[in-house]
Amino acid sequence: MKTVSLHFCLNGNKVTTECLPMERLLDVVRNQCGNTGTKEGCGEGECGACSVLLDGVLVNSCLVPALQAQNKNVLTVEGLAGNKELSALQRSFFEHGGAQCGICTPGMLIAAESLLRKNKNPSEDDMRQALAGNLCRCTGYTRIFVAIEKAAQHLREGSCAPT
Amino acid sequence: MRSNLNAFNLVRESNFQELLKRLQQEPGVWQPLAGGTDVMVFLNAGKLTHKNFVDITTIAELQGIRVTPAHIEIGALVTYSETLDHELLQKEFPNLCHAARETGAPAIQNRGTLGGNVANASPIADSPPALLSYEAEVEVISTRGSRSIPYHAFHKSYKVTELAPDEIIRAVRLPRQSQDRVHFYRKVGTRRAQSISKTCLSLCLKRTSSKIESIAIGLGGVGAIPLRAAHTETLLTGKNPQSVVEDDVRLAIRKDCTPISDMRSTAEYRLGVTQNLLIDFLKKL
Repeated sequence: MKTVSLHFCLNGNKVTTECLPMERLLDVVRNQCGNTGTKEGCGEGECGACSVLLDGVLVNSCLVPALQAQNKNVLTVEGLAGNKELSALQRSFFEHGGAQCGICTPGMLIAAESLLRKNKNPSEDDMRQALAGNLCRCTGYTRIFVAIEKAAQHLREGSCAPT
Repeated sequence: MRSNLNAFNLVRESNFQELLKRLQQEPGVWQPLAGGTDVMVFLNAGKLTHKNFVDITTIAELQGIRVTPAHIEIGALVTYSETLDHELLQKEFPNLCHAARETGAPAIQNRGTLGGNVANASPIADSPPALLSYEAEVEVISTRGSRSIPYHAFHKSYKVTELAPDEIIRAVRLPRQSQDRVHFYRKVGTRRAQSISKTCLSLCLKRTSSKIESIAIGLGGVGAIPLRAAHTETLLTGKNPQSVVEDDVRLAIRKDCTPISDMRSTAEYRLGVTQNLLIDFLKKL
């Protein structure tokens, strides 16, 4: 099967690459683009470790044919901080123990990012629903919700983060 | 990734007429692919038997929710997220929004489509019981023209539908009803999200102060196809819900469904829980 050319925007940078017609967005992001933050946990859309934002929409990249990202914007965990060292969410996960082994963390951060873009003051129920598709085997989830809540508070108050 | 990706092809059709021509010229060769939340799971598992796919996600005629005085028409590409965000659907067809909210999780809801759910024809899909409760119609189209199929006749046997090899679902149409309806949807699964149901019951009824004037009951997970509980509907029509005999309801449900035992549940559990859901609902009515 011949490869097909794929043009899209990854974390703000234009990308031109080649992929097989049914190659997954997950594999293009990790292999062709070298951004290995996005993980494969299950390969069936259950665990959320592969979560990315596709044109701002939360998706499981293990279930997205890469060609459907043609001319679209993809945000992965590597793109969350922009030109800062860490985003507010990343800093909050770090400060509040939101990560242990870290394998679920990129997906959690992307799902949390998606939530906070829509809801600046999520309740615990809001957070649980928004992250219902992200599984964690280590933390028991409570520190993740604390981290998101603190990040949301920080963003609402516009307070300066310690560097 | 357990599949050999070299064996698969994916092309894109953005023009609706070109898509229909492709389906007509090579019937059964090109399987439509939208959100991928069914197809890609099989691909990843190494179990995808079909090899050639056509991406239909950019076809305008399949998108959008259209409201007319008599119907709400949901384009085949409308996602679960779009469905549950739609104010009029929430108000007039809450069972469908309930189904959309309980399908998978947000990332799946953002990608999975109503047309895909219907065409995939799983007997335990979440939308079908809701669609049955609202007596939905499925508009299918080919180069030969379009036709409207009552949804209760759409599924013929396990994963076999009315769709001809050159046809594609264009939209699902819901007839708008008077506002005084009672709606119910309950999916029984292992978790509050990311679960496949053991059984699923949805209904919509019109009542007077003393009796059930009309009722449509959709069942999932208790047969080879999503089905209407015809005997049960006949039993309940015209009846005062408080005077219905529980054993009669249990017997009618038993006549309506053929549950099996599989890795998710047993026939006894599926039957018993379906009966219990309806009886509990009637007691609270």
